[in-house]
This record gives sequence, structure tokens and C-alpha cells, in this order.
Amino acid sequence: MQQPQQKSIGKKEVTLTINGRKENLSILPWVSLLDLLRDHLDLTGTKKGCDHGQCGACTVLCDGKRILSCLTLAVMKNGSEITSIEGIAEEELHPIQQAFIDHDAFQCGYCTPGQICSAIGMLQEGKANSRAEVQELMSGNLCRCGANIGIIDAIMQVKDGGSYEQL
Amino acid sequence: MNNFEYKKAQNVAESINLVVGHENTKFLAGGTNLVDLWKYNITNPDELVDVNHLDELLQIQTLPDGALRLGASVKNADTAYHPEVENRYPLLSKAILAGASPQIRNMASNGGNLLQRTRCYYFYDAGVPCNKRIPGSGCPAKDGYNRIHAILGTSEHCIAVFPSDMCVALAALDAVVNVSGPAGTRAIAFADFHRLPGDRPDLDNTLKPDELITSIDLPDNNFATHYSYLKLRDRHSYAFALVSVATALQLDGDTIVDARIALGGVAHKPWRSVAAENFLKGKGATAENFEKAADLILEGAKGFGNNDFKIELAKKAIQRNCIMALNPDSQEPGAQPSA
Repeated sequence: MQQPQQKSIGKKEVTLTINGRKENLSILPWVSLLDLLRDHLDLTGTKKGCDHGQCGACTVLCDGKRILSCLTLAVMKNGSEITSIEGIAEEELHPIQQAFIDHDAFQCGYCTPGQICSAIGMLQEGKANSRAEVQELMSGNLCRCGANIGIIDAIMQVKDGGSYEQL
Repeated sequence: MNNFEYKKAQNVAESINLVVGHENTKFLAGGTNLVDLWKYNITNPDELVDVNHLDELLQIQTLPDGALRLGASVKNADTAYHPEVENRYPLLSKAILAGASPQIRNMASNGGNLLQRTRCYYFYDAGVPCNKRIPGSGCPAKDGYNRIHAILGTSEHCIAVFPSDMCVALAALDAVVNVSGPAGTRAIAFADFHRLPGDRPDLDNTLKPDELITSIDLPDNNFATHYSYLKLRDRHSYAFALVSVATALQLDGDTIVDARIALGGVAHKPWRSVAAENFLKGKGATAENFEKAADLILEGAKGFGNNDFKIELAKKAIQRNCIMALNPDSQEPGAQPSA
């Protein structure tokens, strides 16, 4: 396959607030938000699964909304606030993080940072009113270990403030 | 993957100026499809002009004639959950929420939804021929693995399907696409926006290369009471449609006053049959009449081997969805079929 001719392109100056810290960055236009976090800022909690928007492992919160960092160019988010898994806990674990431990909501753990960011985003959206709706609105995050039942249990525990419906 | 320049202008007119005369400069909205196509080496833009921030494209507003105008850069999720959309055009809300995943709906724009490319495996594989990607190179899908491919409106050059859910509802609701270009603005009826492949499958739609979608208008209608969107797919959520159906009915008692039925997953564009809709007008809202309408819609359908099942599936889906439209409360989130 013919490789496209590469042009010389200058870096762009962007300012992002990442996990509460303001970062002034000089980056090439095609650097994804995912690669920016992992390769430029050493925040490797956010995972690269498919890199094509099919698995949800790269989910982060951008201005409070869950998005896929793999299909987002970092330059597009100039001025935004990004929260990755490293910015979720404060003094103690976030309730969703604790609930994932309580419910064995992971096995290999690779999808977990994306699942947790997605769950927090979903609860903030406030559109899931039942277990079935939580399942539907978490479908953008795949777990190939099959920990889905634990994941939904964990989210239900937090959503319902302590109690949760067993399957 | 190639290097590209990234630009941002202050308004629509300046954004268009950045594109005029530059064939390989593309507008960038949510990026959910464009960035992916770039990663697959299917699209190699020289420059991207970001239109996400333009105020002119970020409004949802009611027009004096009652139509609802959806800004092109408004996110799919913000559109689906907008009170005016939920109340007046619930069919559109349902269809949007049946598509993609919550993360993607938070990113994807309304304009970009119309411009997404097919998910034909052969189109996405830069190592094989594809008339849509490289005109004249051939179509391996016709004799290949074509489970997800078209059964209506195909040509010898292309059997790809247009993958949007949102656009199936927009087709049913007779939306109008407002575009802006160097020669000014124009309004395109939804039925005329996407095209059939014919001998130019490289062209998905009738938008000119330097035109920008600015908004989508939904005319005032009486379809907020009896509607349904049914999406059938290989897994329950987060998958493209094998067949989807948008139905909107206006009823007087049990008699159909007006009907709209659009199909997704079966053609190079959202598929509507005026003949079938006219057949239903004045008839009773019965399973039998919906079955006859389904037969009319699928008239001339042709399978390519692996997708033959879609013809029968589409007929059953149409009938079932029309019945569900009589009672929208029977529908569940994610546009699942009722239990």
C-alpha cells in the first residue's frame, strides 16, 4: 500500500486541566487525547484497547461527560477539564471504586478504568432508572473477562445508595 | 496514517473559506468516524477545520412555523435528551439512543451523523478493492461475506448500507438539511440528501465538497403519539442494525390518517416507500394491513447470499414495529422490541 507523503506540521499550544492540574502542552494535531494522557503525561491508567471506539477502555470524563479518548484529538479539547481514573479518588476511594472491589467487578482489570469513568459519567447523566437501563447505558464498555454482572451490581449499589438488587 | 494540519475559524463563513479550493481539507466535528477512518488509512486529510465551537451550529430552537431546528454541532446525546425532541419528536430521540454507545453519543454531532461512512468490511479494509473507496476497483462484497449488506437499491458497483439510526428517523419525519457553502445557503429535503450507489458509490450524498451542514429542521407534525423505532442486530446493544424500522402513525380512532415508515440497514440510504405509506392511508391499523405495507416496501428486494434473511426479517420487523407504534409505552429503553 502506498504510504501518504508526510508533511511537516507545527505543534499546537493547548491548555488542559487534567485531574485538577492545569497543563500547558505543545502537541502535534493528530495526537489523540488517549496518547496525550499515556505517552506525554505518563497517566497510564487510561487504557488503549481497540483504539477504534469499539471497546470503551479509553473512556475519560471531559467537562463531566464520558467520552472516548482514542477518537478525540487532544487539540479539539483545548480549555477543557479532563478527569481520568487517576483523578477519581480523593482522600478515599470513590464509592464506585470501592463498589467494584466489593462486587469483584473485574478479573484482568484492563477495562476497569474505563468502566469506572463510564459509570461515574452515567450516574451524572441521571438517565438510568433501573438495572436494565444501567446495562443498556453501560454497553459502551466491553469486559471480555465477563465480569459484567459484578460491574452492574457495583453500579447499582452506588446508584441506590448502599442497597442493590441481586440478580 | 498521514500528518494533517488543524485549524479553527471564528464563524461558519470563515470556516468555509478555509475549505474552498482545498479538496483534501475536511470539516471536523465529533471525529468519531473521521478520526477512525484516518486511523484505518481510508481518509487522508491535509487539513481539518474544527467546527465544534461555532455558536451558529450549537443551538436547538423552535422556528416561527413550528419546526424545530437542530444545530449541526449539537451532540447526538444532547439532541436525544432535549425536552423539545423528547416531547415533540420522540421517534428521533428513540432512534438516536438506539445508536452507538453513550460515550459516542456524547461526542458525535448531528451533522456528522448524516456524513458517517458505511461500515462495509471491504470499505474499511485498505488492502482489498472497493468501488466506494477506489472507484472502478471492484466490489468484493457482492460475492463475499455480505451478511450486513443491502437488499434494496443496490447497484452492480456497490451493495454497502448507510449505518445511521438517527437518519432513519429523520427520513421518516421529512427533515430538511440546511447547508452553507461559498455560493450561499440551500435546504435539501432529507430524501434527496443521501443517494443510491448507482455508478458513483464513492458519493454517499449530494453535499458538495466545500459545503457545511449548519442545521437540520424537523417540520411540525402529529407523530408524537404513535411511533416506534425497532432495531434488530447481532447483539442487544452497541451494534449496527441488520434491519431497523422507524414508524410514525397519525390515527383517527383505528383508522390511519397518515403513515411514515423508514428502514435502516437495508440500503445505501434510509429507505422509504411512498407507495406503502399511501396504501396505509385511510385503512385500519391492523396487523394484516401492516403486513401488506411490508410486502410493498420490500418489493424488488434482492439478497446476495448471506443477507437473504434480511428480506423476511425486514417484513416481520415492519409489521411488528407498526403494531408497537400503536402503543409506544410497550417499548423499552434502547429501542428493544417489547417483551
